[in-house]
Amino acid sequence: MSGILAVLEAGQKISLETLAAARDLGAKLQLPVHVVEPDRNYTADDYTDSLAQLIREKSFDLILFPHTYQVRDFAPKLATRFDRALISDVIRLRVEGAKLFATRQLFQGKLNAELEPIGKPIFLSLQAGAYAPAEAQAPTETLPAAGTSRQKPEERYREAQRAVDLSAAPIIVSVGRGIKEKENLSLIEDLAAVLGAEIAASRPICDNGWLPMERQVGSSGQTVTPKLYLAIGLSGAIQHLVGMKGSKTIVAINKDPNAPIFEVADYGICDDLFDVVPALTAAIKAAKS
Amino acid sequence: MKILVAIKQVPARDSQLIASTDGKWVDESSLEYEINEPDAYALEEALQLKESAGGGEVIAVCAGPDRASSTIREALAKGADRAIHIEVEDIANWDTLSVAKLLAAAAKAESPDLVLTGLQSDDVGAGQVGVVLAELLGLPHATIIMEVVIDGATVRVKRELEDGWFQHVSMPLPAVLTIQSGIKKLRYATLMGIKRAKTKEVKSLSPADLGVANTPSYQVVSVMLPQKSKQTVMLHTVAELVDKLKNEVRVI
Repeated sequence: MSGILAVLEAGQKISLETLAAARDLGAKLQLPVHVVEPDRNYTADDYTDSLAQLIREKSFDLILFPHTYQVRDFAPKLATRFDRALISDVIRLRVEGAKLFATRQLFQGKLNAELEPIGKPIFLSLQAGAYAPAEAQAPTETLPAAGTSRQKPEERYREAQRAVDLSAAPIIVSVGRGIKEKENLSLIEDLAAVLGAEIAASRPICDNGWLPMERQVGSSGQTVTPKLYLAIGLSGAIQHLVGMKGSKTIVAINKDPNAPIFEVADYGICDDLFDVVPALTAAIKAAKS
Repeated sequence: MKILVAIKQVPARDSQLIASTDGKWVDESSLEYEINEPDAYALEEALQLKESAGGGEVIAVCAGPDRASSTIREALAKGADRAIHIEVEDIANWDTLSVAKLLAAAAKAESPDLVLTGLQSDDVGAGQVGVVLAELLGLPHATIIMEVVIDGATVRVKRELEDGWFQHVSMPLPAVLTIQSGIKKLRYATLMGIKRAKTKEVKSLSPADLGVANTPSYQVVSVMLPQKSKQTVMLHTVAELVDKLKNEVRVI
């Protein structure tokens, strides 16, 4: 056994969670922990080449990554170079003796699967929230650049300033696929109006062009922390949950009792939104008058 | 331009899922299936790239059991020129690397200019097949793509990064791209398309034909319902919810 390598990503909070996981596993499996945080312009080819070299030199047994978009872009390639499959977006790790078990979600969070790695090295990426973040950054090893890359990246940019800042909204009414048709959005608008809430949505609603992209909450949209997050017809895929689970109170209305949104909701109504939402709008209007 | 699109058949989105009796996957006996939605966007992008180039070929490749032929027919009905079906009855037992090895072996024989796939599947959701394919084929790649522009022997793409950031990246062709949902508006298959699909070529291959064995990097110990991190208080009436909103959340 020669150790654990934690590959961190500068400026990402989830990196500190990955560091905590590496230290926890290091203690339980009695393995030294090494940390690298490459600090240069990213390309998949460069990161893969230089990390592959490091892993070969030190023959690490376990390589941990934070499950970021950047990691998704190169870690499967790196694992393939060792003829291994990356066990991605792990939400829980369990150690039993010298054995490691990793839990990840299936079907957008409707089910979980516990996996046991076969063989070494093991490549794992950790989903946000799997561990409490480590308090202090670790000293990192330098990672020499491989020097070659076929990808030619340009400057990163943000598109025009968002007209809607959901991060400041105290109440958010958020809608998912359960709304079925664009025309049905009026139900959501009516409810948002009586609550004085901003409207938000999960990705598919914005992909369909039913609401503008700037109203999307989740890993590829905005992160919100309102006083009330009312999730309507929204299953709660992890990409959405990471953007809203910091909300003070979460209320979910969904007819599927196993929808993952009910794992984070404080209050839930398991019923058809087309029955509940108009009644709720009317009841709030009555309560306010 | 020859474009290969890797597509996957997954359980329909509103399926009620329960673990199979061996506890290693889901009970498939009463499930309905559909094309993995991100892959539908990859197919759409491939078809539009071919149309705007004024020619070329789009080949759909799918690894899956016999039932996956309905998804392959759908891709052909939408406009793919031909398809490759890698028939694997126990596809759920194959890990991402082994599945990508099947697809890579089929792709290698085709020498495509571009390989597209969705950014992740709606069932396993590992989001890896495209990246692994690139490594196995020795090609450059980019992930979570929202725009593809081909200029001679180079492709320039717009990548989605986290938190509202984007980046353009260029690379030489051939290349592998994983496509973000919503890149273009999806088309429906026309009646004519459905009719034509019946005459299009679907080549059937087995893992043995491709010289690929299932060599898993992990085994599934168990599949189960998630443990709740919060105890959700289930309410039964709108009046109860209004009461909570008024007296506990204090937003009314």
